[in-house]
Parts: sequence; C-alpha cells; structure tokens
Amino acid sequence: MVAASDTEESLKRRLRLGERFIEGWIFLAGLLAIVVLLGIVAILLKEGLPAFGYTPPWEFLFGTKWYPVSEPPTFGILPFFVSTLMITLLATAVAVPIGVGCAAYLAEVAPSKVRETVKPIIELLAGIPSVMMGFIGLMLLSPLVQSIFHLNTGFCGLTASIMLSLMSLPIIVSVSEDALHAVPNEFKEAAYALGATQWETIRHVCIPAALSGITAAIMLGLGRAIGETMTVLMVAGGALAVPVSPVEPMTPMTAAIASGIGNAVRGGLQYQALFAIGLILFIMTLAVNLVAERVLERQKRKFAG
Amino acid sequence: MHISIKKWFMLPVVVMLVTALVLAGCSAETGSGGLSDSIKIIGSNTVTPLSSVWAEDFMKANPKVSIAVSGPGSGAGIAALIDGMTDICQSSRTIKQSEIDQAKAKGVNPYEIQVASDGLSVVLHPSNPVSELTIAQLSAIYTNQITNWKEVGGNDAPIVVLSRDTNSGTHVFFKEHVVQMAGLPTQNTKLEYGSNVLFLPSTEQGVSEVARNSNAIFYPGLGYVTSQVKLVKIKKTASDPSILSSEKTVLDGTYLIARPLLFYTNGVPTGIIKAFIDYCLSPEGQNKVTEVGYVPLAK
Amino acid sequence: MGTEARLSREVSQRTAFAFLALATVITLTPVLFIIIYTIINGASALNWEFLTHFPSQAGKAGGIFPAIVGTFYLMLGTLIFALPIGVLAAIYLTEYAKDNWLTRLINTAIMNLAGVPSIVFGLFGLGVFVLTFHFGLSLLAASLTLASQALAMVVTTSREAILAVPKEYREGSLAIGATKWQTVGHIVLPQALPGIITGVVLAISRAAGETAPILIVGAAFFLPGLPQSPFDQFMALPYHLYTVSAHVPGMPRSTMWGIALVLLAVVLSFDVLAAVIRIKARQRK
Repeated sequence: MVAASDTEESLKRRLRLGERFIEGWIFLAGLLAIVVLLGIVAILLKEGLPAFGYTPPWEFLFGTKWYPVSEPPTFGILPFFVSTLMITLLATAVAVPIGVGCAAYLAEVAPSKVRETVKPIIELLAGIPSVMMGFIGLMLLSPLVQSIFHLNTGFCGLTASIMLSLMSLPIIVSVSEDALHAVPNEFKEAAYALGATQWETIRHVCIPAALSGITAAIMLGLGRAIGETMTVLMVAGGALAVPVSPVEPMTPMTAAIASGIGNAVRGGLQYQALFAIGLILFIMTLAVNLVAERVLERQKRKFAG
Repeated sequence: MHISIKKWFMLPVVVMLVTALVLAGCSAETGSGGLSDSIKIIGSNTVTPLSSVWAEDFMKANPKVSIAVSGPGSGAGIAALIDGMTDICQSSRTIKQSEIDQAKAKGVNPYEIQVASDGLSVVLHPSNPVSELTIAQLSAIYTNQITNWKEVGGNDAPIVVLSRDTNSGTHVFFKEHVVQMAGLPTQNTKLEYGSNVLFLPSTEQGVSEVARNSNAIFYPGLGYVTSQVKLVKIKKTASDPSILSSEKTVLDGTYLIARPLLFYTNGVPTGIIKAFIDYCLSPEGQNKVTEVGYVPLAK
Repeated sequence: MGTEARLSREVSQRTAFAFLALATVITLTPVLFIIIYTIINGASALNWEFLTHFPSQAGKAGGIFPAIVGTFYLMLGTLIFALPIGVLAAIYLTEYAKDNWLTRLINTAIMNLAGVPSIVFGLFGLGVFVLTFHFGLSLLAASLTLASQALAMVVTTSREAILAVPKEYREGSLAIGATKWQTVGHIVLPQALPGIITGVVLAISRAAGETAPILIVGAAFFLPGLPQSPFDQFMALPYHLYTVSAHVPGMPRSTMWGIALVLLAVVLSFDVLAAVIRIKARQRK
C-alpha cells in the first residue's frame, strides 16, 4: 500500500515538473515572438521618428516633393502614400474574391486527389522569388498592359497590382483552404440534414465558421502585398508624381524605401526619412488589421449567439 | 504522434544547446581584415562584378588567400567600413563629409583609391532618328521641360524618360553633370529630375526597356550597351563637336559624362590588402576592367 | 412550389460552383505558366557544370553550386528557429495567455509583421544579430533574420489552426484527467498540424526566395568556398539571381532563367515534401 502511493506521488510530481518545464519553453517562445515584434517597432521608431524633427509630420505626409539627395533635401511622401493605397486596393479587389473562391472550391467541391495535387502547386507561387516575379512582370505583363491600354510604357500601378495579386493569392488560398477544411463535419451534416444544398452550406455555414481563419488569410496575403518590395520596384514605374490613375508610373512606399536605402548615409536625413516611411506603413497596416479584428469579433458574436 | 510531440519540445532545447556550444566554442569574428589571409569587399553593386573578377584572378595566383565580395550599395559599404565589418569598401560615389565624420568618431580613416571609370552613355531605340543631343537638351528632357521628341528633331511622340534610382551613384552624378549642367555657364544647382521621370532599380532593366520602347531614353554605363540600342552623341553646346562615348573618349577626357569607381580602406592599405589593390591597378588587372565593361584608368 | 425552388437552388449551386472552379483556374494558370516559361528559358543553362561548379567571371561562367548550398542552409536555419518558436508562441497565445485586449493587440501586431517591408527586417537583423549579438555577417544572422520575418506567418497560421480545434476535444481530454500540456500536445496539436504545416510551407518558401533581408546580413556575391560554420558568409540563389540580372553587364538571359529554375526546383521539393506530411496528418484526423 505504501509502495503504491509512493510511486503514484513521484509520478505525479514528475508529471508536474515535466509540465512546468514545457510550459517554461512555451512561455519563452511567446516572449521571443513578442520581443521580435517590439524590436521591429523599436527600430522603426528609433530611426524613423527623428525624421519628423526635420520635416513636420503634416508636411511629410502631404508634401509632394521627394528630393532626398539634394542640398537641402525635402521629404514629402504623398505620391508614395497614394500609390500604395491605389495598388493595394486594386490588388485586394482582385485577389480576395478569387482567392477565397478558389479555397472554397478546393476545400468543399474538388475531389481530394485534385485538392492535394493543386494545393502544393499553388503554394509554389508563394516561393517564387520577388526578383523573378519582377522579371515576369517586366518581360511579359508590362508590354501587354502597354499595348492594351495604349500607354507610353507598361511600367505602371496596374502591372504592379496584378503581380501583387499573384503573390498574395497563394497565401489567401492556402490558409483559407485550411480554415474551411477545419470546419467540423458536424456543422455541415447538420445543414444537410435540414435540406441545404452544398452551395448553401458553404455560403451560410462553412464560410462564417471559418471566417476567423479566412480573415487571417486575407490579412497575411495583404501583408505580403503591402510589404513586397522588389517586384513593385521593378514594374510600378518609379515616377515621383502623385498618381491619378492606375495606369501611370508610380512609386509605392516600399519601393521608395528600397530605392534609397542601399545608398543612404546611415543615420542621415534620407535614412531617417526612409525609416519614417516604414513607420507610417506599419501604422497604416496595423490600423487596417485592428479594424478587421473588430469587425471579426462582432461577426463571431453574431454567429455564436 | 507521441514521438513527434516529444520533438516539439526537444527541438528548441537542442537548438539552444547547439547555439550555446557554438557561441562558446567559436570566438566571434570581429570582421577586421587583420587576419591577413582573407579579404572582405562590400559595397556598390556597380563595382561588384569587377571586384569579383579581380578576386577570382588574384586567388588563382595566391591560393592561400580568400576574398569575399558582396553588395548591396555604396552607402551600405561605407557603413560596413565604419563598423569595421569590411576590409575594402567598393563605391561608385565619393564618401560624404558626414560619413567621414562618423568614421573618424569610430577611429576609422577612410582612404580613397580610384580603380576604374564608368562612362555613362545615352541610348535610344534604334528606330529613333535623333542622333545627337546637347547637354542643355538632355537637361530639359530630364526635367520634363521637353516632353516630345519632335522638340529635339525627332518624331512626334512623347519621350519616356528613364533614370536610375537614388541607390545608384549614377543618379546623383547624372543630376549634377547633366541635369544641373555642372561646368557650363548655364549651370543651375536648383534643378531636379522631373516628376514624370521613371526611376528604375537596375541598369539592365533600363536598357531592356529602351530596346523595346521606341520612345525611351536612358543613360547606362558603357558595359551595358548592347547592339539593340543606339548610342547618342553628346555635345557640350550646340557649337561644340559631338562625341560618342567609348573607352577612348572617356580616357582622353573628351567624353563628358564619366564617373570614377573607387575603393575605400581604413587607412593606407598594407599587407595582403595592399597586394590585392596593387594587382587591381596593375596592367594585368586593368585589362580585366575592359572585359567587364568599364573603362580602365589612364596609363 | 417545391420543385421550382429546388431547381433554382440547383441552378444557383451550379453557377456558383462554376465561378469557384473558374477562380481556381485563374489561380492555377499563372503558376503553371510561370513554371513552364522558366523551364523553357532556363533549361538550356542547366548542365552538370552549372549545378556543381563555383561561379566564375562575375557569374557569366561556371556554376551556382555554392548558391544552391547556401539556400539549403538558409531554409534549414530558418526552419530550425521559426518552427519551434512560432508554434510554441502560438500555443502560448491561444492556450495560456489571458484573452484580454493586450493579447488581442499582440496577436494583431504579430500578424501585422507580415506587412513590414523585407528591407526593414534586413536592417533589424543587421542591428540586432550582426552587430549587437556580434554574430557578424553570417548564416546564423541571416537565418535569424529570415526566421523573424517568418514568425508572422507561422504564429498566425498556427494560432488559427489551434483555435479551429473544437473545444469539445479539449474538454473531453481534460475531463479524463489529462494535464493541460498533455491535452495540447496529444490532442490539439495533431489536429492543428495540417494548418501549421501550411504556415511553415508558405513561410519557408518565402524565405527561400527573399533577397532584401539577406542583403546586408551576410549574403555575398562571390565567395571562395562553402560556408564552414554558421558564422561564415554565404551565397544564396535569390541574391545571386538579383545581382547577375541587375548588375552584371552582358549577362546571358539563359543563365538568369537557369538560376530561377533551380530555385523553383528547390522550393518545389520542399513544398511537395511538406504536402506529403500534411496529407498524412489530414488522413489521421
């Protein structure tokens, strides 16, 4: 009797210690992720905030003159801001419906063999280096855009948007597909039992149930589109004028950063201004993500209630 | 699934242990060129192909030496020199005073050595009838004052103005020497590139576009000029002779738009670094410059 | 009434499914096109020398062997750091952290990292890993930098995958006396595995193709030998491709496409491997 409870006790103790040990690692990992996050924010603040000492924020955001290497330099990023908005909105409008539609098809309609073959092929698109996507844009897409729209050159916002849609599509498709796939069968079976068709089930049960995952997929895909540097650098045109239409050459914020950072004097005015652009970009995307989060919370409460 | 779950927490343990061991065992590199058998070269993408060809040849003759060459830009290279992360900084622009100050504050003394030149040629599509331009006309094109080819004797078509972005040393060089017309009585240091000029991230891209687009104009280095584009002769003013860019005209100084390619070291180079740079400046090394597509130093 | 309603629902289903199939075709076509285009243009550059030799003459001759090796090392390095930290962090944020505004903010902010331009990660890596931690220009610094970028993807997708596991599973497990970690490790994680794998695939694929983050933390264009330790500089396919295509005068086109083709092959083999693991994981559910 005594022996049995001894072993039992020590087993429980070892289990608790083992549990603590693993929980320690889990906590550490969580901490590390937060540290990286803070690190990025810190570097953006540290290097970018001083830029507003030279150019007041209002002038920075709404100024139209970007002459970083002149004496004295002027920093106004309205052209970049508008470009980013234009290109991102276009890319989103294209990639989200196609991406979620494709995900729904793969998760619910396509036979499993098709799904398991197609999914990795689509994921491959995510691995195509940005330089290569830039080439494809340069050599194939921009001449096409130039002739279709009768432009002087095919280097424009539209070309960039299309390439960005292509780069965010695999993320949107693959992560949404996982979210849809994870919807428990019981939900679907309940819907069928009530007489719903497959399509009605997808629309009214699966997608709402997977909404959190689909939203994450869209945010991640968009994040990729917004943060993409190399490709837009090559195909968006790189002009400094504030764009009025998508078929003009333009410079989104990421391209503006990339086209100066290689040469900027470290810690100098141009360097600070480039980081300030990065900071503004971060705040912009954070705002969008937080809004999406809020909307999602409300949707979830509606669905659960 | 039991086994793979244990892997979840074994993996980070293994990673931490390995990292700790490696850190403890290796003394971390401080990156200075004091270890005389290796040389690091960091900086301009323009000079990278040249440096790597030199490195390859030098290593063939001196098998005990190892040389590493990287980009990604003159500014980054100068920063690396200041941080002590590189032995040689390769640059396509001159170091700025603020960078010299930063360097001195860290005890680094930048020493400049010109190793080659780069002639910036102006190119057009082969079908473009324009064959010569003055500096003033080029300036007006690049400030968007002249927007149609017919204004300079060409077809009635809009000009697609291509340039390099600020990452490239040519951006500032072309601005000062062409857009702002340095050295001419019409010099105007307030002029800037126009807002409809397209800033491209690579010279190769600019040349490809000119080869494709009958209305484009661009200023690549000599080495990038292919048979698919047409060289334009440059005149200082309307009454001067027009000069075609070539190695010869850059060397004899008649071609106006040529810029120096530079190495920077911490102090006067010694030891293996000196030996390498001597090789680069030797007749053998300078022969390679033409092969890569730049202009060697005058003899 | 009944038949009409049934028919019109059938029709809307057919139409809807046609659109969904169309969406799939629109998504697939560019991928297949790009793959085929790359093969056509790059195949001529592929030969034994190209794959096994070191580059010469600024990349115009010789091969890309060290870049292939470098990319493998980078993918491995990124995986080693991003996978455990990302998944464990996701577990922390879903299972252990309290559900308050702070946690939600952290979740959103981590997801937001996906939108930070890659060049900013490069500068972060330079400041933190290369300089402050004294790792120097190295494989280690580059792997950590890429892993930091990958965190957004891995943490977010793992979180979603873990959250998608119905709470009945957890409750059932706890009801029979399992500890929290036993529940997470033996019940929740295996269920979430396919989603986690997707995140890892997307993140590592991206890391393999990234140029900007590795530019200033250790990638080199020309190196005398292979990296001997994690503290050495390295070559990598995307950076090599970028430099030869943008900065080497007179580069033959087929070489550029050849490099691109090899990179595609490397990424594809990783994706396929992961997909196989994912299929097995889905089957077990």
